[in-house]
Amino acid sequence: MAAPATLRVVRCGGGTLHGARAVFSVDAYLLCASGDFVKMYSVATEKTLRVMGGHGDLVTGIQLNPHNHMQLYSSSLDGSIKLWDFMDGIPIKTFTVGSKLLALYALASFEDSVFVVIPKSGERDTFQLVSVKLTKAAGQDLEAKELSVVLDGVDASPKCIAFGREGEYVASVKEVNLQVYFFKRKQLNRFSVSAAKTKSGNNHFMCIACHPTEDCIATGHADGKIRLWRNFYHKKEYTFSTLHWHHDTVMDLAFSLQGSSLLSGGVESVIVLWRNESEHQRDFLPRLGSAIEYISMSPDGTLCCTLHTDNRITIINSNLRFSRSIQGLIKSTNVKTGLVVDPRTKALVLNGEPGHLQFYCLQSDQQLFSLDIVQRQYIHQAGLNQTDLVKVAFSAQGEWLATVEEREEVTDPELQLKLWFYDEETQSFKLNTRISMPHEDHITDMCFRDMDEVEDESLILVTTGSDCVFKVWVMVEDTDPEGKLCVSWSCDFVGSYHNYQATNCCFSEDGSLLAVSFEETVTVWDSVTWDLKCTFCYSPGKIRNICFGRLTCSKYLIGATDHGFLCCWNLLSCALEWSAYLNIVVLQPDPLSEHIAAISWLSKDSSLFVFKPNEPRPIYIQRNFCKEKIQLAVFVPREEPETIGSAKYLWLRRSQLFFLTATQELITLSTKSLEERLTPSSKQLAVEDSLPVTPFSLLLGKHRRHQSQEDIDLGKLVVCNKPEQDSPAVKELLHTPAHVLPSASFLCPVFINSLLISKGNTSAEEVADEVEMESEKTEDDSDEERDVTEMEQEDTSPVELLGEITCKLSKSQEKELRKLRKMDYSWISAF
Amino acid sequence: MGEFEVHRVRFFGLVPAGVRCLACQPRGTRLALARTDGAVEVYNFAVNYFQEKVIPGHDSRSVEALCWAAGDRLFGAGLNGEVTEYDLARLCAARSVDGCGGPIWSMAANSNGTQLAIGCEDGSVKLFQVVPGGIEFERNLDRRKGRILCLSWHPSDTHIAAGSIDVLRVFDVCSGQTVQRIMVNYHVQKVKRECVVWSIAFLSSGTIVTSDSFGRVQFWDRERGTLVESHTVSTSAVLSLAVSEEEDSIIVGTSTGATYQFQLLPVKAGSLEKRWVRTKPFQHHTHDVRAVAHSSTALISGGLDAQLVIRPLMEKMQKKGYDAALRKFTFPHRRLVSCARKARLLLFQFSQHLELWRLGSTDETGKDGEVLPLCRMPEHLVQLKSKGPEHIYCSCVSPCGSWVAYSTASRFHLYRVQYEGNGVSIKKVPKMPKLLLPAYQLQFSSDSSSLFVASARGSVHVLQLLEPGGCKHQHTLRPPSGSPEAVYLLASSADGHWVAAVSGDWAIHIYNLKCFKHHCSVPTYSCAVTALAIHPVTNNLVIAYSDQQLFEFSIPEKQYTAWSRTVQSCGLHRVWLERDSPITHITFNPKNPSHILLHDIYMFCVLDKSLPLPDNSALLMNQGTLKQLPETARKRQLHAFKICKKFQPLLFADLLDENCLVMVERPIMDIKTQLPLPIQQKKFGT
Repeated sequence: MAAPATLRVVRCGGGTLHGARAVFSVDAYLLCASGDFVKMYSVATEKTLRVMGGHGDLVTGIQLNPHNHMQLYSSSLDGSIKLWDFMDGIPIKTFTVGSKLLALYALASFEDSVFVVIPKSGERDTFQLVSVKLTKAAGQDLEAKELSVVLDGVDASPKCIAFGREGEYVASVKEVNLQVYFFKRKQLNRFSVSAAKTKSGNNHFMCIACHPTEDCIATGHADGKIRLWRNFYHKKEYTFSTLHWHHDTVMDLAFSLQGSSLLSGGVESVIVLWRNESEHQRDFLPRLGSAIEYISMSPDGTLCCTLHTDNRITIINSNLRFSRSIQGLIKSTNVKTGLVVDPRTKALVLNGEPGHLQFYCLQSDQQLFSLDIVQRQYIHQAGLNQTDLVKVAFSAQGEWLATVEEREEVTDPELQLKLWFYDEETQSFKLNTRISMPHEDHITDMCFRDMDEVEDESLILVTTGSDCVFKVWVMVEDTDPEGKLCVSWSCDFVGSYHNYQATNCCFSEDGSLLAVSFEETVTVWDSVTWDLKCTFCYSPGKIRNICFGRLTCSKYLIGATDHGFLCCWNLLSCALEWSAYLNIVVLQPDPLSEHIAAISWLSKDSSLFVFKPNEPRPIYIQRNFCKEKIQLAVFVPREEPETIGSAKYLWLRRSQLFFLTATQELITLSTKSLEERLTPSSKQLAVEDSLPVTPFSLLLGKHRRHQSQEDIDLGKLVVCNKPEQDSPAVKELLHTPAHVLPSASFLCPVFINSLLISKGNTSAEEVADEVEMESEKTEDDSDEERDVTEMEQEDTSPVELLGEITCKLSKSQEKELRKLRKMDYSWISAF
Repeated sequence: MGEFEVHRVRFFGLVPAGVRCLACQPRGTRLALARTDGAVEVYNFAVNYFQEKVIPGHDSRSVEALCWAAGDRLFGAGLNGEVTEYDLARLCAARSVDGCGGPIWSMAANSNGTQLAIGCEDGSVKLFQVVPGGIEFERNLDRRKGRILCLSWHPSDTHIAAGSIDVLRVFDVCSGQTVQRIMVNYHVQKVKRECVVWSIAFLSSGTIVTSDSFGRVQFWDRERGTLVESHTVSTSAVLSLAVSEEEDSIIVGTSTGATYQFQLLPVKAGSLEKRWVRTKPFQHHTHDVRAVAHSSTALISGGLDAQLVIRPLMEKMQKKGYDAALRKFTFPHRRLVSCARKARLLLFQFSQHLELWRLGSTDETGKDGEVLPLCRMPEHLVQLKSKGPEHIYCSCVSPCGSWVAYSTASRFHLYRVQYEGNGVSIKKVPKMPKLLLPAYQLQFSSDSSSLFVASARGSVHVLQLLEPGGCKHQHTLRPPSGSPEAVYLLASSADGHWVAAVSGDWAIHIYNLKCFKHHCSVPTYSCAVTALAIHPVTNNLVIAYSDQQLFEFSIPEKQYTAWSRTVQSCGLHRVWLERDSPITHITFNPKNPSHILLHDIYMFCVLDKSLPLPDNSALLMNQGTLKQLPETARKRQLHAFKICKKFQPLLFADLLDENCLVMVERPIMDIKTQLPLPIQQKKFGT
């Protein structure tokens, strides 16, 4: 296995911006512009099926090819239009237009041209709608230079232009003006609304939609009104009616397929369905989680899809029932909680919806669940101080969860500390203790004593506050009115140091020491007697982060100051071991190894340093790996240690490092190449994963496991070692639907040949065994991960191994083997 | 110290009656309006929406429906069960015919105005023939139970649609039979609630439009009796509905005070399929919109909050200007206040009583804009209640304050008021001379020795007042050529030489009082006179017209003055001409003969004839900017119009003496508090 030369920075979720309305394909796939990718989701399973990358900048528009619904046009700020075969994820053609493309529209009535919005050359902030002729010439990369201007002075947003029924006219809105251009008559009509400013905001146009069968234009305004324009082919006798429900900006509008109803959405996160254009016949789908950014309808009209500002995608039935939601990492306004790993599910835990805690599964890029912490109705209103979640901590086993919520007030913040206990029955967290005003001022940090023992007595929670104290909370047992024993939390100890604000706290690995930083000083406390053991202070500058070293380096304490120093103190000698001049923003220890990751931010680039506390020289440095500021980082333990070729990257073996950027994009470092990374996702598509477990297969599985174990005992490793990737014939046979398979007589020789090991010393029955083993291996690998990976490691040279193992067989073993073969195993089937 | 000491009077407790129904004259320019107190008013659109005629109400004659028939004849019907024809020349009810069906709820005239249909309490629809000199009962249509609340003729006059409770029916006019009966129910979870069809319209296409108490506007097919379209516009009742003459636009009024327009619009460009679409909502009223009308260029609505709102349709307007402005009328276009200058009394005219107040006084002086403390509070001296069901036409107090006169439709009263210390005694003058009644305007001469009574047929009676409380008919002045219309405005000169009278045909006649002869008449102008006054020094007659033009006519010389000719040649300022309320009173400052004081509802103006007229580029309302300019620059900026908008709505302004003004205001908020509470509506964010 050749080691890859460098670590790759991989964007693995969150953060990406929806640049355009989503598009439903005819066969129930959802295509969505996401950052500079186009993602394809399955509407039925909510899974991400394909990520199509190729654009060099934000994708601003996607449209199905109106003449071939298996193809997709996409436009990007990099100035190119790409035509994709989205079923296979292949770019068919690339048309280079040359200027930034801000929106894309494709119409059936225009044979070989599409419409794009481009900046007007020579003028700033003015845009025009142009039609681009897409040449039919052969070749992949084409130039599309035949532009003709349709409308001048349009808005940059893709929601501000809409094409009318059958492409008869195009309507565009900007500020207080609406312009309608009729293609056939070549007539341009302009209308405007009075630029009245009311207390609910101005009445600027925000979005536009055209009725699919009638001459009717719906416009959404910043003051929450929807206007329905009719008769707009007369310059004077035009008329409009008003629908008003939204209290804030109408973000997007969509007509139903027949135009009998209109959907609107806004910051209220409510979908409003207006029937028959009547103000009094409306239905609502409330509580969609966050502000609605785009609405789109499926071509058969049965589904509607909303894209939200927090990156969620919601699919809604036509009868306004919530159908399903595709949610990766939910974008919250401010990740105050930091990145925390739930020890139970290994999910990433951070702020989700306002007042909620999201549990995000890194493997499947899906939200596992959202825990309502604040438990209060969220009111969408500008300037309203909302209660929000600011701190979260898990106990080592994940049984206890501590959360701090805070309502920002100018004079004194409203604080609440909540402790949640994991209820095995309901499989969710249950509120155990609620402490209001645990501190007089903001809580700056919180941690559990991180001990793996299951004794409840050792569980301690420490909170530090800006009110210059840190508090120690312990569990106390008492009886409730019904006489049942229950536990609750109460304050045990309050510590302070010279009336400095406590900023960070951290327990040593064995839990015997607690380090609390007070502005410029780090204090170390005995966690049993709560005596102040020693203090450390280095250079001016407040302490930003502290952490203890782990495993062999547990005698070290690391601290980062906001004057750009990283210090390492030796706890035994109480002296500074080493220090380095680095502007560290994030300091994150790996829970499974001695490694500590530090991320520095220098003017415009983030750099990563990984070091062991016992040696001042970092093991790994990656400079300028991200243009954005890294806000947070976390080590997530791997389910299985990865095989890392290069010693340089050994620190990535047990855990994986994830970062959250300022735009809330989740990125990670990977040693694998792109192809390797993508294979698991294609594997997901395969049928075998979703095979139902039948009693028969269970029985069969048990029987085979027995056999295989015995075979392993017999040193028949060679059988299991056969990697499944090597047998395309097997795969083809097993995965192709029966009705398209060629005849069995044709397949048989190919199949058998593929199973033969090149040396050709295995008998026919063994071959049959081998097939069974293989499918079994995939079933078992969750149970015996370790073994399998080790086996795969050995797999690098199967032939050599085979030789070695067979050599080792002594004569007596061979005898035993023969004996075993003669034995009757039919009794196993009785189980 | 300011130029004037101003009495800011806010104790005139006038509450205008709500608008009950509206009727546009077909192919005409007039709009008839009936109020809840039975008063009928006629507005003339051709002369800037001036309130041309007012017929005061009558207690037993409520008006539920109005319609124009046979050209310009106006009929009203009400809950007293009678159909009344109004005499618009003499401004009174001409004759009444009993409908014989109990209270009448609705009335409609056919397209050429030859037949009237009335809908009665007992469920009958009766047809009347309009004949010269009255109406004649023709026949009954098929009668069913349930009051007929609304009626509409098919434009071809063959069918009548009638709305009742829960049902609407279509009658064949020839046979008198019910040809269609449509249930307009409303079911809420198997509970049937009564559904009142408040208003109905029959379109020439055979579509019937109804508005009902559940806030729906529904379109029905007459032939099949099926519902074609239904629009829910409100959660409360839709009370009124009117269709434009082209039948492409409908206005409806709801009980929440909102009005909505429906338009018949093509579904696609160039296709024949058309659909009714609710387009513009308007919220001009706070209370029930009981009546709406659709003129060719405007949507007109009248509500229980006494407002008449005329909302022009911009798309029908050729240009922006006077006609394209939204106008709201709450107060009558005439004076309800008269002032005794010397005695400092104010007489307020209500619909059925008069109030005499003495103004307060102060002995302090202060700076410009300062509020002075009163040393004597204004005092309510007398309340005169008119007996009988008739409402008051006009009233006046003499300048010396010792005479008060008022007139109803059939009676004329003159009182002698005597002040003894703090007490007031009032004595009715007995043995009044027989006059042609009613009187439309009363005016005392400036020395309080005689009273001018404006009467029908253009005549003016001159009564001589005798001490200590008597009167004698002296003379009747008549225009030389005669006139069918009643006199509605009078002005007498300070020296007692002249009196000017304006009759309903807008002709101004000037009479010499020394020899009781017709002196001359002012050249006719094609607009209604809204106010006139004779200058005390120069005896020039100043006339304000409803198109906001001002004329000055010299009585001795029998011609327009030089200043008037300059005004006509230069033209008035555009902003002045675009004001939408007429000048209701003109007075003069004896200290400064070149000043003319005039006011309308929204402003008070001192017109200085000695200063140049402003041109269109100058700022008309420049008092604020002038204050900030230095003395020399101010001179250059000065122009003839000095306008003050501090007092709104201004019902009356007069000069008591050289530097004392009285302003009578009636704040809209004070009226609102007198009205019943509007329908409670949930408002977001409250």
